[in-house]
Amino acid sequence: MANVTTNIESERMTFWERIYLPEIARGLGLTLRQMFRPKFTRQYPEERWEPEGSYRGRPVLVQEEDGERCVACGLCSRVCPALAIEVRAAETDKEKERYPELFEINMLRCIYCGFCEEVCPEEAIVMSKDYELVFGSQDEGILGKEKLLIPVSQLQDRLEFLRQWR
Amino acid sequence: MPKIIIDGQSIVAKQGQTIIEAALDHGITIPHFCWHPALSVAGNCRMCLVQVGNQKKDSEGALQFMADGQPDVAWIPKMQIACATPVADGMVVDTAGKRTVDAQEAIMEFLLVNHPLDCPICDEAGQCKLQEYAFRHSRGKSRFDDEKVHKPKRVQLGPQIMFDGERCISCSRCIRFADEVAHQPVLTFVQRGDKVTIETFPGTTFDSPYSMNVIDICPVGALTSIDFRFRARVWEMSFTDSVCPGCARGCNIKIGVMNNEVLRVEPRTNMHVNTYWMCDYGRLTTPAAINDNRTDGPMIRRDGQLQSASWEEATAHAAAILKAARPQDVVVLGSAHASNEDNYALAQLASKVIKTANVDFIKHIDATFGDSQLRVPETAPNAIGAHAVGVAPGNGGYNLGQLAERIASGSVKVLVVLEDTLDSSSQRLAELAAGVDAMIVFSSKASVTAMQASVLFPAASFAESHGTFTNTMHRVQHFKPAVVTQENVRYMGMAMSRWDKFGAPNDRWTDGTRRNSRAAWRVIRDLAAALGTTWSWKSAEDVFADISQHVAAFQSMTYASLDANYGLVLGKGGQPDPVGTVYESHVLKPN
Repeated sequence: MANVTTNIESERMTFWERIYLPEIARGLGLTLRQMFRPKFTRQYPEERWEPEGSYRGRPVLVQEEDGERCVACGLCSRVCPALAIEVRAAETDKEKERYPELFEINMLRCIYCGFCEEVCPEEAIVMSKDYELVFGSQDEGILGKEKLLIPVSQLQDRLEFLRQWR
Repeated sequence: MPKIIIDGQSIVAKQGQTIIEAALDHGITIPHFCWHPALSVAGNCRMCLVQVGNQKKDSEGALQFMADGQPDVAWIPKMQIACATPVADGMVVDTAGKRTVDAQEAIMEFLLVNHPLDCPICDEAGQCKLQEYAFRHSRGKSRFDDEKVHKPKRVQLGPQIMFDGERCISCSRCIRFADEVAHQPVLTFVQRGDKVTIETFPGTTFDSPYSMNVIDICPVGALTSIDFRFRARVWEMSFTDSVCPGCARGCNIKIGVMNNEVLRVEPRTNMHVNTYWMCDYGRLTTPAAINDNRTDGPMIRRDGQLQSASWEEATAHAAAILKAARPQDVVVLGSAHASNEDNYALAQLASKVIKTANVDFIKHIDATFGDSQLRVPETAPNAIGAHAVGVAPGNGGYNLGQLAERIASGSVKVLVVLEDTLDSSSQRLAELAAGVDAMIVFSSKASVTAMQASVLFPAASFAESHGTFTNTMHRVQHFKPAVVTQENVRYMGMAMSRWDKFGAPNDRWTDGTRRNSRAAWRVIRDLAAALGTTWSWKSAEDVFADISQHVAAFQSMTYASLDANYGLVLGKGGQPDPVGTVYESHVLKPN
């Protein structure tokens, strides 16, 4: 019997702890102190948090003045561990002969790993700051080009971050 | 026979071989772009530079060795190109030493100076020789920071071929192919130095029936297929070994499938049949033949209309038709379009179950189709095989030529047709067949004949089942399923491409149809069972085992031996032709 370890409440606690009343008073005191300290919660959604450039929100496509940067090489689709990306290429008359006729990201599959951004040879797909994703149906969760294309001016933070740290 | 040492390995080369050929025969691949075993030696890419020397001898003629036992070699001061240096007795070759690798890296750097590095756009990416060697023989970073030379892009060299001058590394494989294999010498280099590019001679176009092979042999993405351009990346497709159904040559092919749709077909090396090539007709028509105008789900004619039915209903209905008819009133047509297995099963059904002698098949001959190279006038892939497995009129039976008259005289009540169209024999036959009491059709195509059927069984095509074709040179060749049907879906499993394998029903990219079709031999087996004869076949391989057991010409052939020997000739199942060295210029790796 020498090897038995015990953890019996009556042995662990002192008398004052066991009768609870002083502990309740201590707890109330703690709450009272917090009321006069500065708050770190915020009034979301009235008060929104703006992430840094390093934040990995939903992946988006970079839109230049003359259209998307993407050349539909399909590497994002290949590297995506969750198979969230579908790219269908077609030919254009522009200097870069190839463009995505269809580009869909299934946000129900996406795991925000950022591999697509890392593999992209054209810096055409980047992680945005958008973290507010709500869908009414499975189909709504599949974002097409119209939802994915974001003007390059709105993505400067992320592009800067990539240039500095990648 | 010259004895040479390559990378320390002693090999006996053939007289007159070059170093690159001797090395390849012994499993050593020396990096190269312009060399191709079927083309003349150009020696202009310089990628196959190796160090060559002779073992030193003393005044007595005895070979000299160094202290560590290695041969003491007098190296030739300059590097030699392995593709144009003939082997000589006592030659020592180093293909992996520092000097060789340095030389190859230097060549790669030169080739990449003006290469646009637009791999994300280029269709060749993933199966590109330049990419492959850039991985192995390159410094990874370019020291060239000037403006690259700009050349014509998107130049159409022929009806099927698009040329991109900037990607071209001027290996001249396409020029030599046009000249030596296609016998249409219309391609040439123009300009000089770093401005050199490829053009067709004024007033000509590269439209040879074999023109698209230059797309395969182009080591970079300079020549791309207009038909395929940008439809998929190579790694998004699954590639399955198969046999071209375009004519009785039976060129070996690979079928590229994505989203259960055949996107492209490319030749596969088989030195016995098609060497490295295939014709444009086969390449362009095979995908459509598998993708378009297909039957889907069994059908029974009720009140004059073809209506969907279950497999059991259709089988029972067909069995009832056959039971009601007298054997001599039934005519069974096999097919030169169907596999040996399907034809064998049908021939067995005719002779053992229906007990009719009226068995034949339609021959497809188009004299204008054949040429002196690969194409043969017989435009169906398996006429020899159909005949060999027993699709021929039996004792007292009548043949195809007599069929029309017999139908006209009303002595044909039931017509069983496998995988063929009656109007391809004669229009009159097709019209007369409409008057036959009942037609049982096994067809993968929604053809006119299929639409005339009383019972229509949707057969799996050659791209959806295992099977064998026997080509015009009597070579039996095995093909494998590439496209998923409701029947073979569990078998296909990991053979599908990554996207097809892991796609779920709610993914939009997996919208390719999985047809409700079955291999014809299986439907015939079930039909025989409904008529009271049970066969134990569980797979096409079982049927083939039965053929090799009962048909003398197929003796001792199995799918495994067909695969290992690149096909076997009828009657010579036990004596395979030597396979030799199988050269594949560049393929998707890992394949």
